[in-house]
Amino acid sequence: MNLEFVRNFPLFCIILTLFSGPLCMISKGKTAKYINLAVITAVGVMSVFVLAEVCISGGSYVYRMGHFPAPWGNEIRVGPLEAFIAVFFCVVMLLSMVGGAFERKTEMEESKENLYYVMVNLLLSSLIALIYTNDLFTAYVFVEINTISACGMIMIKQNGHTLEAAVRYMIMSLLGSGMLLLGICFLYGLTGHLLMSNIKESVAAIAAAGTYHPPLMVAVGLMCVGLAIKSALFPFHSWLPDAYGYSSISSAAILSSLVSKGYIFLLIKIFYRVIGFDVFYNSRVINLFFVFGIAGMMFGSISAARENNIRRMIAFSSVAQIGYIYMGFGLGTTPGVLASIYHILSHAATKSLLFVAAAGLCECSGGSKELSKLTGAGYRNRMAGVAFTVGALSMIGFPLFSGFISKILFAQAAVNEAGKMLPTLIALAVSTILNVVYFMRAVLIIYTPTGYVSSEDGRDYTRVQMRMHPEKSVVFGCFILLNLALGLVSQPIVELCSRGLGMFS
Amino acid sequence: MSKKVSREAYEKTRSYKLSQWLHGTKDPFLGEVEMRPQEEYRESEKLLHEYELQHQSIIERAYDVEHNAQVRLFQKFYNIFSVVFCLCLLFILLMGVSYLPQYGHMENPVNNEVPARYIESGLQETGAVNIVTGMILDYRAFDTLGESHVLFLATCTVLILLRRDKKKYQETAEHNDRIYEPKNDVILQTAARVLVPVIEIFGIYVILGGHLGPGGGFSGGAVCGAGLILYLNAFGFAKTERFFTGKTYKCMCFGALACYSLAKTYSFFTGANHIESVIPLGTPGAILSSGLILVLDICVGLVVAGTMYTFYVMFRKGGY
Repeated sequence: MNLEFVRNFPLFCIILTLFSGPLCMISKGKTAKYINLAVITAVGVMSVFVLAEVCISGGSYVYRMGHFPAPWGNEIRVGPLEAFIAVFFCVVMLLSMVGGAFERKTEMEESKENLYYVMVNLLLSSLIALIYTNDLFTAYVFVEINTISACGMIMIKQNGHTLEAAVRYMIMSLLGSGMLLLGICFLYGLTGHLLMSNIKESVAAIAAAGTYHPPLMVAVGLMCVGLAIKSALFPFHSWLPDAYGYSSISSAAILSSLVSKGYIFLLIKIFYRVIGFDVFYNSRVINLFFVFGIAGMMFGSISAARENNIRRMIAFSSVAQIGYIYMGFGLGTTPGVLASIYHILSHAATKSLLFVAAAGLCECSGGSKELSKLTGAGYRNRMAGVAFTVGALSMIGFPLFSGFISKILFAQAAVNEAGKMLPTLIALAVSTILNVVYFMRAVLIIYTPTGYVSSEDGRDYTRVQMRMHPEKSVVFGCFILLNLALGLVSQPIVELCSRGLGMFS
Repeated sequence: MSKKVSREAYEKTRSYKLSQWLHGTKDPFLGEVEMRPQEEYRESEKLLHEYELQHQSIIERAYDVEHNAQVRLFQKFYNIFSVVFCLCLLFILLMGVSYLPQYGHMENPVNNEVPARYIESGLQETGAVNIVTGMILDYRAFDTLGESHVLFLATCTVLILLRRDKKKYQETAEHNDRIYEPKNDVILQTAARVLVPVIEIFGIYVILGGHLGPGGGFSGGAVCGAGLILYLNAFGFAKTERFFTGKTYKCMCFGALACYSLAKTYSFFTGANHIESVIPLGTPGAILSSGLILVLDICVGLVVAGTMYTFYVMFRKGGY
């Protein structure tokens, strides 16, 4: 294929996903489902082409959106890291959508099914646009799309829990959006630009001259706190457990593994391409990230250990994992950020697996999410049991799986930082132990034999066989393979990420 | 010197036991440790009853705000803390603003080459007399594409939240305003008869004149939507649904957004690949001018009008 033509693919990805939103609106639920799957697959394939193109040509390129060059018109920027994250997000989203297809049938009203796919398609478009954007205001517009569609995805299963969760999510997330917008306004007032590379030049000049130091710090703080609220960093995580714990399976998997990661990726872009890493390093925001990241690791895990509902337990574990990512930022070095990026990948692959597996375990336990009712569920639904175990081991950081690599990267990054080495290593160790406490408890419970399968006591303990949900077994297989791939062949991925990150600045 | 040991004596040694254990011929636990499968966790009637009582008492205590010291403490803390938080945020923002470059100065960083080009050559490059329209629908059309999808998405979310399945809910007065319609309010209907055509025509004028003067899709669409809402209030659902149903909205929205996406894909694609666009800009000031801007304005206007009206219908009972 013509290499020049491949360079248009990011544009096609964004437009195709945007266009498929209204298309799903006018089609019936089942058609919308297939449109959605086709769109995700198409975007994934196109992103693979883009990735190959960028890797072969060995550099990033800027794509002009329209007839006017950048500071006047819009543009997007495509590099290896962006293309790789886009491919990865498509894979995880496709697996989450297929994995939750069975539960979705009962979770939403039939006449609203197509609206769900509208949300998913537009969510994908916003994620792709957030990954590729080179303009802060474009980023804000797509953050809005991201927020509203995520809220719709929580609400689609309509009961008291999800409505309350959606309201909470809406309030917290809009607070975050507002702070991000204020931060962008401050930056625009100081620099007169919205394009990332132009802002970076101006900010470097301002920082060197020392004028406008307070408003620059206010802008940095507002943007960081805004995105931290939206991605559920520790003190702002109160919206998270209900939103992930009670929404439909696909929503929970996508929200936890992709939506918060989209914001974090935007934050990385802001570090490197907007504010500049040196200015950011000198702003002391990183110390805040470091402290709150570690606090999140501890409190998220402690809350998870006290939780009795398996879905909420996994949700609280997300708080801890987001804490890891921010701790990596807090180290304030490129290896630290690289470790965070790797943790984004490993957490995205693992958390969606855990949610889908937990749904499989609940299905064979009469639909109950209580840990005590899940006793022996690993025997009744073997595939889900194995998948849950793999996910739990990966979260703990067991070698072979993806979580191990990201923990090792965090530890390596910390060793070079004199002041932060000890707290990081201690936090990693304590958090690993806490992870073991609650994840292994869950694994032990699902593998405790109950002796017999009873149905006479009124509980519906059905045995779920693999052939009942062939698509789910395939999804579990793919997720496990993805985890093993991230855990076993990490070197090329880390190299790709570090090359892409190098092109950021 | 080794010495010969009888079999009985050998069987008593540790090495024999170890080799047996290694070969698996003897289970060290067998006969030593009592083993039985773990009993399944069950709730007896009594326990269930106890849980019920506990649950009741928890709820009672949780909602007994008057006597709950913890809740009162929390509320006090919450009130004080929210005020302190707001004051801090206010202080930080005001401090930030006070250091910003003074508003309206020539040398401000905002007055750089970006607005200069919009003002100086916006007319030739976009063909729109209204620079703002030229900016949002031509220079930065990608942002506006996203923004119109935000509106569409907002409607979809409200539909998820508020639309009722007709099959699921009975058509009772609780759920349906239509039972009381038409209200035949003479004053309202007479006023609406005069006002609605004027409002609609004004809205269409604002949409169509977006590239010539103040106005455009967002403002004109809002005016059109307001006209529709007035009509609905005066004449009721039955009459409005002769020309505007949920299906109309869906098709209109799809058509407008698809048109926008296609038009912009063309212009993004040609722009990025340095192909000359075939769409003529026309004479600035004429109604059919400024390339795609007029089409995009109409699309945005349709989406905004539909969004306004749908929001209103969803907050009424019995619509769509």
